[in-house]
Order: sequence, then structure tokens, then C-alpha cells
Amino acid sequence: MREFSKRYWPTIPGIILMAAFMLGPVIWAFYGSLTNVSLTGPRAQNPDFIGLKNYSHLFTDPAFPKSIWLTIVFVLLSAVVAQNLLGLLLAVLLERSNKIIGRAVSTTVVAAWVMPELVSAFACYAFFSKAGTMNQILGVFGLHEIEWLFAFPMASVILANIWRGTAYSMMNYQAAIGEVDHSLTEAAVVDGANSWQVFAHITVPVIKQTIVTNMMLITLQTMSAFTLIFVMTAGGPGTKSMTLPVFAYKVAFKYGDIGYGCAIAVVMLVIGAIFGVIYIRSMKNEKGLSNE
Amino acid sequence: MSDITTNAVTNTALNQPLSARNHKKASARLQTPTSPRHGVSAFFAYAVLILVFICFIVPMLWLFLAAFDKNASFQTKIPKQWTLGNFSTILNTQTTFRPMWNSAILAFVATFIVITFAVLAAYPLSRYQSRFNKPFLYTVLFGTCLPMTCLMVPVYSLFVTFHLIDSIIGTILFLAASSLPMAIWMTKNYMDSVPMSLEEAAWVDGASMMQTLGKIVVPLMKPGLAAVSIFVLMGTWGNFFVPYMILISPSKQPASVSIYSFFGQNGLIAYGQLAAFSLLYSAPVVLLYALSNHVLGTYSLAGGIKG
Repeated sequence: MREFSKRYWPTIPGIILMAAFMLGPVIWAFYGSLTNVSLTGPRAQNPDFIGLKNYSHLFTDPAFPKSIWLTIVFVLLSAVVAQNLLGLLLAVLLERSNKIIGRAVSTTVVAAWVMPELVSAFACYAFFSKAGTMNQILGVFGLHEIEWLFAFPMASVILANIWRGTAYSMMNYQAAIGEVDHSLTEAAVVDGANSWQVFAHITVPVIKQTIVTNMMLITLQTMSAFTLIFVMTAGGPGTKSMTLPVFAYKVAFKYGDIGYGCAIAVVMLVIGAIFGVIYIRSMKNEKGLSNE
Repeated sequence: MSDITTNAVTNTALNQPLSARNHKKASARLQTPTSPRHGVSAFFAYAVLILVFICFIVPMLWLFLAAFDKNASFQTKIPKQWTLGNFSTILNTQTTFRPMWNSAILAFVATFIVITFAVLAAYPLSRYQSRFNKPFLYTVLFGTCLPMTCLMVPVYSLFVTFHLIDSIIGTILFLAASSLPMAIWMTKNYMDSVPMSLEEAAWVDGASMMQTLGKIVVPLMKPGLAAVSIFVLMGTWGNFFVPYMILISPSKQPASVSIYSFFGQNGLIAYGQLAAFSLLYSAPVVLLYALSNHVLGTYSLAGGIKG
């Protein structure tokens, strides 16, 4: 035991910091969700314990299933389908493309991801606003102006998130494809396989683990996307683009019901934890977790 | 965000030591007959790439054009009257300098804490065998998965109770704690690729654990630590919702929050200034990223969740 503490004491500062500022809020979320703590007023400091009332409220609140549904749509369409497939497509095309074109494309895609999230949200807000570039382009084709952020809020934030996040998948796939053993693809080509067959039967099976990991990670990231939606539509109009993080924010800071907001946070934590466990299990046999 | 990006770069850099990632560039590629350099498939490949290029660059152009346009609107257009007036209007202490300074304080102090704690924690995990390692690393990995935005409401409530609202130190500690799992994970993986033989020699000569760590291991993993630092810096500099909730006094708010309130108050009039402010605020992280790419190789920050 003495040997152990002599060796492992350097982990203590990190453990304390994470216990206080990560585990602390997680426990607080559970605790807060069982009280009627509010943003202002007397109940801000001295809340009452109200048991599971917040949860029974949550499960009868029509906004909740709608918000879950919007989160699923947002994650599936923008991340799992679009970012993932577009990222993979770009990685494949960039591997073989002309250097100058390739560099121009990848720099642009990555730039949308490197800039602070708030700035990309502003850029998308400007792009989709009534007097913005989207309508300008439609105007060139003689189409009518549409108020995208009001008429199609979900489509706008989904497109914005594809623009913002594709770089991440692209870079993961570029790295994975760069490590595919060329003798495999060359052998297939010698055997008469065409590009599609090489891709489907060699590249995809070899990078399968990357595909799984990438999908888990972008799902977790997209699920918790807040700034982009908050700036572009603030969840509106009404509740038309109110995903779970925006829902929790609105309930807590607009309607002042922190306890109810905590209950939503607990639901998100549970969903995140489930995905996290699946992700860790899929990583289990990877190196990095053991020293052997 | 935020934190997305943050949580993002996740396992990316991680599993691969830098050297392993760089050597693949050296292997020459056989030009296979199916490489689409000519013919129909090449045409489609380039058509797709150019289409993607256009779709991705168009939303960005507005920032660059509007920032220099005297009569900017939300439209993307070549300015009729080029001007630097948008920049000179916002370049004052209240609008730009103080928020940028606050951002720098938040980002650098948080990064310093994260790197120090991550190096300390990674050392025993990387160097000793123990039953403690696996559960610890699983917990850390699990921590990287937690969606940080779902902690907004409980963190706010917790900070109210402990009187940390409007506290810069509280904000820094929360930002540091939320980047720490990823940083420990990345640092441990980089540290694993530093060979132990040199340390063993130092131990024989009677060096303590901290001396070995500081004088041998850390200098040998500088590129890895640079990658982790840049990752944490980018995440904290770009974070919006944490300081937005916790910091109330305008004098303490970082650029992300002040630019958002600027957008709320003047965004619908001062388009050019908003774009100029956005450019100034983005510049440090974009430059940092470009620099790290140049120095550390393309995949230093992303690319390496391999199977």
C-alpha cells in the first residue's frame, strides 16, 4: 500500500479537480432534479425536496418527446448520415486527387471546423437569414426568398452542423485510409477489381473500427450541440428546433425552473452514459488501455 | 462546442505516437490503373470536390467581405467601398481588448492547469502496472464521452450554492476539469511511446520520480504535449456557454460572450463590425492550428482513432 501511494500520488490533483467539477455537477444534477430549486426568489437558496415530481412532469410534458425526436433527427441526419458519409467520401477522393485541389478542399472544410463555434454560428446565421446569401443564390435562379430560420429551422441547423462538423469525420477517415496497407489494394487491382470494389471490399472492412468509433464520437458531440442552434434559432420558432440541450437551457434560464432543467440534464446524462459505455466496449481491445 | 469540438478531437490524436503517423508519408504510392486521374470517374471525382469546395467556402466568404465593407449587410458581395473602419471602430478596450485579454487568461491558465495535472496523472499510469490503471483509464475515457452541455444547468445551480457565480477562478477550474479527461488520455498515450530505458538509467543514478519526469520524460514528449496544449487551448478559447452562464460582469467576460452580446445589441445594424470582431476572435486559434499542422504534421490534432 505504501508502495502504491508512493507511485500513484501524482494522480491526486487530477482526481480532485475532476471529482469537484465533473462528478460534482453530475451528482448535483440528480440532487437538483429532486427539488424545486429555481433561478431567482426564495427557492433559489432554500429549495424544497419534491421527490420525483420533476420526472412525472417531464414524462407528461408534450415538449419532451418532441425535443427527443428533434435531437434524434438532428443527430441522425447531420452527423451519422451526412458528416459521416461526406467525410468518408472526401477522404477517399482526397487520397487520389490532385495536390492543389485537394489542399484547397481540405483547408476549406477544416477551416469551418477550426474557427470558434460561435463564429461559425454567426456565419450560418448570416447565410440563412432573410437578407442572406442563401436567398441571394436562390434569387439568381429566379426563386423566391424564404425565411429559412423561420420556415425551415431544422433544415437550417442541420445544414449548418454538416458544414461545421464534416472536417472531423474527414480527418479521422483520412488518417485511417492513409494506414490501409497498399499491397492489399494493389493486389485487388491486379486481380481486376474496379475502384468501387476496392473501396467496398478492401478499404471499408479494414477501417471498420474507425467507422464505428467515428460514428459514436460524432453522435455524442452532436447530441450536445448547443451554441450553433442557440445562436441560429434559439430553439425556435416556438419549439420547432428545440433539441434537448436547448430545452434544458430554456426551462432553466428562461422559465427559471432549475430543478426541472436538472431533470432534463439527468436524462441527457443517462443517454450520454449509454453511448459512452457502448463506445468504451468497442474500444476495449484497443491499445492505450493497458501497458502490456 | 464548444465543447463539441472539445470533446471532439477526442480520440483522434491519441492512440498513435507522432512518429508512427508521420512515416506513412514516406512510402511511395503505386499509381494503380483505377486511380481517377483521367476519364469519366476522374471527372466526377473532381466535380464532387469542387462542389464541396464551393459549398464550404461560400458561408465563410461573408465574414471576410463584410468585415471590410463600409455598407455591409448579410449578403455576400464585393464591397463597393473597402474600409478598415469596421476594425477601427471595435478596436477599443471595452469591445475588443479587454474581452480578448479575458479569453487569453481563461484559456492559458486552464491549459496550464490541465497540462500539469495531465502529465502528473499520466506518469504512473504509463509507467507502473497496477489494478488501479484500467478502472482509472476507463473512467477517464467515460468522462470524455459525457456531453458537457448537459452539465450547464447543474453547474449553474452548484455554482450558485457555492458562491462561484461570476468567479473567473470557478470558470477556469470548470473549463480545466472538463478538458482534463481527454488530456490525460492523450498524454498517457504520448507518454507510452517514450522509451523507459533512459529513465531506468536515471533511477539507478538515484533520481527521484519527479526529477525523472521533469528532466527526462517531459522533454522527450514535447511534440505530444504541444498537441495536447493546442487541443485544450482551442477548446477553452472557443468555449461559449460556460463563461456565458457563469460570468455576469461584462468586465470579466471573454470574447466569445462579449461578441455574442454585441451581436444581440448591434448585430442587426453593425454587420461589418460583427464580421470584423469575428475575424479578430477567430484569428488566434486558426493561426495556432495552422502552426501546429506545420510543426507537428497534419494529423497531430485529429486522425488516429484506428482499429
